[in-house]
Amino acid sequence: MSFGPRAWVQQHWDARAAANFMLGGAGAGLMIAAALAYPDSRAPVLLALGMIAAGLAAVWLEIGRKLRAVNVFFNPFTSWMTRESFAALLVFALGAAALWQPRPFLPLAAAAALAFVFCQGRILRASKGIPAWRAPQVTLLIVSTGLAEGAGIALYFTTAPLLVAWFGLAVILRAFAWSRYASAVQSPALVAPAKMLVQIGTVGVLLLTLMAFWMPDLALLAGAAALVTGLWLKFALVTRASLNQGFHLPHLPVRGAR
Amino acid sequence: MTTWAMVADLRRCVGCQTCTAACKQTNDTPVGVQWRRVLDMEVGEYPDVRRAFVPVGCMHCDDPPCMHVCPSTATRKRADGIVTIDYDLCIGCAYCAVACPYQARYKSSEDAKRPDVATKCTFCVERIDAGLAKGLTAGVDPEATPACVNSCIAQALHFGDVADTTSNVSALLAENQHFRMHEELGTGPRFYYLWDKAP
Repeated sequence: MSFGPRAWVQQHWDARAAANFMLGGAGAGLMIAAALAYPDSRAPVLLALGMIAAGLAAVWLEIGRKLRAVNVFFNPFTSWMTRESFAALLVFALGAAALWQPRPFLPLAAAAALAFVFCQGRILRASKGIPAWRAPQVTLLIVSTGLAEGAGIALYFTTAPLLVAWFGLAVILRAFAWSRYASAVQSPALVAPAKMLVQIGTVGVLLLTLMAFWMPDLALLAGAAALVTGLWLKFALVTRASLNQGFHLPHLPVRGAR
Repeated sequence: MTTWAMVADLRRCVGCQTCTAACKQTNDTPVGVQWRRVLDMEVGEYPDVRRAFVPVGCMHCDDPPCMHVCPSTATRKRADGIVTIDYDLCIGCAYCAVACPYQARYKSSEDAKRPDVATKCTFCVERIDAGLAKGLTAGVDPEATPACVNSCIAQALHFGDVADTTSNVSALLAENQHFRMHEELGTGPRFYYLWDKAP
């Protein structure tokens, strides 16, 4: 087996790992949006917990030794995966408490959710073997997509002006984060998702959000657009843009007599 | 303090893959898993084409990213610099595999000895330890030397202590120009490639 010097797409993390970033990030964003909007219904919190749990379950299906999953907690000193797991525990504990008593537990659960999605960003950044992931700009991208997607889902529970404004801000932050990331990383696999993210997920969504102040139902369409474009970008980032480092020789061997 | 390192003389390697076969036999790795493999690199375009055979594998980095990301502490680094994996702790999340810039890590469900956990070159650590216990010198005495180095038909692969200025590998590094793969990433790989005589 000889690969030569060209990089190839890593085969270790597939759609199951991507699902953790997609569902976990959006779920965390939903928890944060729920805390900001304080909807009367507990459904957003329940859905956020369910999404984060589903993401973790998906990645659990990917690990080789499933019965040893508890070992993931062994290295909080340097591993962002361990830290993500501890953050997830906090989210579940505080989220469950928030279902029972939203004040003061929902803001605390939202803080834990922010830590959770931040850890997800750092997980990618620490992956030194994948140039598209190790760019420092990836952390803000992952956090901001989670915020925008979660706020987009939250719009289905309430279209309170505060939430709509937060959603608009999150979408702008995501566009800014993408702009920073794209200036550092160019990947053919991200061209189509990025185009959708900018044209539909940002410009289209912001127009719809502005119009939603007069026609609230349009916020639902904006939320869906922000969600789908963000999820697609993350899926492509994890499964398609993840070319490894490849091999490179700074010098070729000098053969023969000199 | 002892610091084990591998040296590959790119001028000598003929790409015969004997090291790959020796590694597979010694470590009983399954199909598709090659802890020591030899890349066949073709550079340039006709008629100006050059070819190099490049042995690769775990570089046993000074600052191994695989160890830092490992959530289970299965990946560790010994005092002599060898990066090890505790197969009983590893959960097979493959985070180390995506963190490694050298594509040195594998996970295979067909690995009878180490199913569904991360695996990689160990520098034949058991062999080195057993040899040292007998008073042998790693890199000089075959019983204390990694299998790939022992098997190399062209004497392209060398192993030894780079912290010892009198060792075989230190002499090679002093006599030749060398580089390390992806050095710009700051991992401090301890796999040196010789490419020309020292000026």
